[in-house]
Amino acid sequence: MIVHLRQPRREVDVRGGRPARAVLNELGLAAEGHIVICNGTLVPSDTVLAEGDQVEIRPVVSGG
Amino acid sequence: MSKCRSCREPAVIDLPRHNANFCAEHFIQLCLRQMRRAIEDFSMFGPSDRLLVAVSGGKDSLALWDMLHMEGYSADGLYVGLGIGEYSDESGRIVRQFAAERGLVLQEIDLRNEYGFDIPTASRATRRVPCSACGLSKRHLFDDAAKRGGYDVLVTGHNLDDEAAVLFGNTLRWDVEYLRRQSPVLPAGGGFGRKAKPLVRLSEREMAAWCVVRGIDYVIEECPMAIGNRHLAYKEALAGIERSSPGVTASFFLGYLDRMAPLLAAAVEHDDPVPCRRCGAPTSAEGEDCAFCRLATTSSSHDPVPVRVVLDRRGRKAFDEQWGVPEGESDG
Repeated sequence: MIVHLRQPRREVDVRGGRPARAVLNELGLAAEGHIVICNGTLVPSDTVLAEGDQVEIRPVVSGG
Repeated sequence: MSKCRSCREPAVIDLPRHNANFCAEHFIQLCLRQMRRAIEDFSMFGPSDRLLVAVSGGKDSLALWDMLHMEGYSADGLYVGLGIGEYSDESGRIVRQFAAERGLVLQEIDLRNEYGFDIPTASRATRRVPCSACGLSKRHLFDDAAKRGGYDVLVTGHNLDDEAAVLFGNTLRWDVEYLRRQSPVLPAGGGFGRKAKPLVRLSEREMAAWCVVRGIDYVIEECPMAIGNRHLAYKEALAGIERSSPGVTASFFLGYLDRMAPLLAAAVEHDDPVPCRRCGAPTSAEGEDCAFCRLATTSSSHDPVPVRVVLDRRGRKAFDEQWGVPEGESDG
């Protein structure tokens, strides 16, 4: 499953078929500091992300 | 799959600090309710007031403008072009698009065109850290624009996490004067206009979620000049505590406002500001230029400095990854 990350823009290939929270953990990203968008829709962290889903994980922290 | 606490439909977001999940519709209602409560609790403004919203292109200010518009307030936008390379170019494009799509009035100030300098140059010319030069410039220009435009209140998108991080930093230094001044609303006085922060009851994750749910395009990447700044370090520390104790950030900041701020209100003596001899803006330096005029004088006579040049190693790496290395600026 390809996950699109930001800051900087990049893509990573991770295993699907598991909750978003598990994917965040594997990528070392805190759930509190990110939102997960699956197939264009915001999803909570217990949503199971399937192989083939279009997934984007965005950071939410800004320093300005 | 988690369900919305209000309607039991599938949730789009989990909010540990509320120990609840929400669908899009009830999440929007929650956010609007929290903003209304902040506006009312702190007597920020009324339905007939003319508001000027400081918009940067980031999630918070665009979400705020959207929420105020939804609630029927008369709210124009103000965007300041800071000259931070491609980051500013993209920010400006997004803000203009947001305003145009909704038929909202947007005012713009371009620092380079109107004052002869930009933030990277100001940082280099005055030896200030970039966020200091930026904050000083924005505060002055926001105040000035609100006054000139006859607006009743200047509103900014500072959220709960922003305010908690500032409070945390001021507490670590026991900076009593800054602590005393930290408030979601600052009344007009001493030459300053009224200022308000209607998002102080909403977290930055909630504001990012608002933008996604409402289909708002915003600048996701961090300002390259802010990377590694002290404010982010405070946020990171608070996030670590929030992870194990959901809701602690809100109780830290809102508890301060409720129980500590009243005790500090009369604790510190301060001088009334006087008008800057050059621009008339309030300043503490009698018979002298205000801090913005001093910064502008020094910076506008300096050769323009590209943004990448003033970044530290970490900021430059992040800049290059995001925007690419400009021609002729390779580190070799």
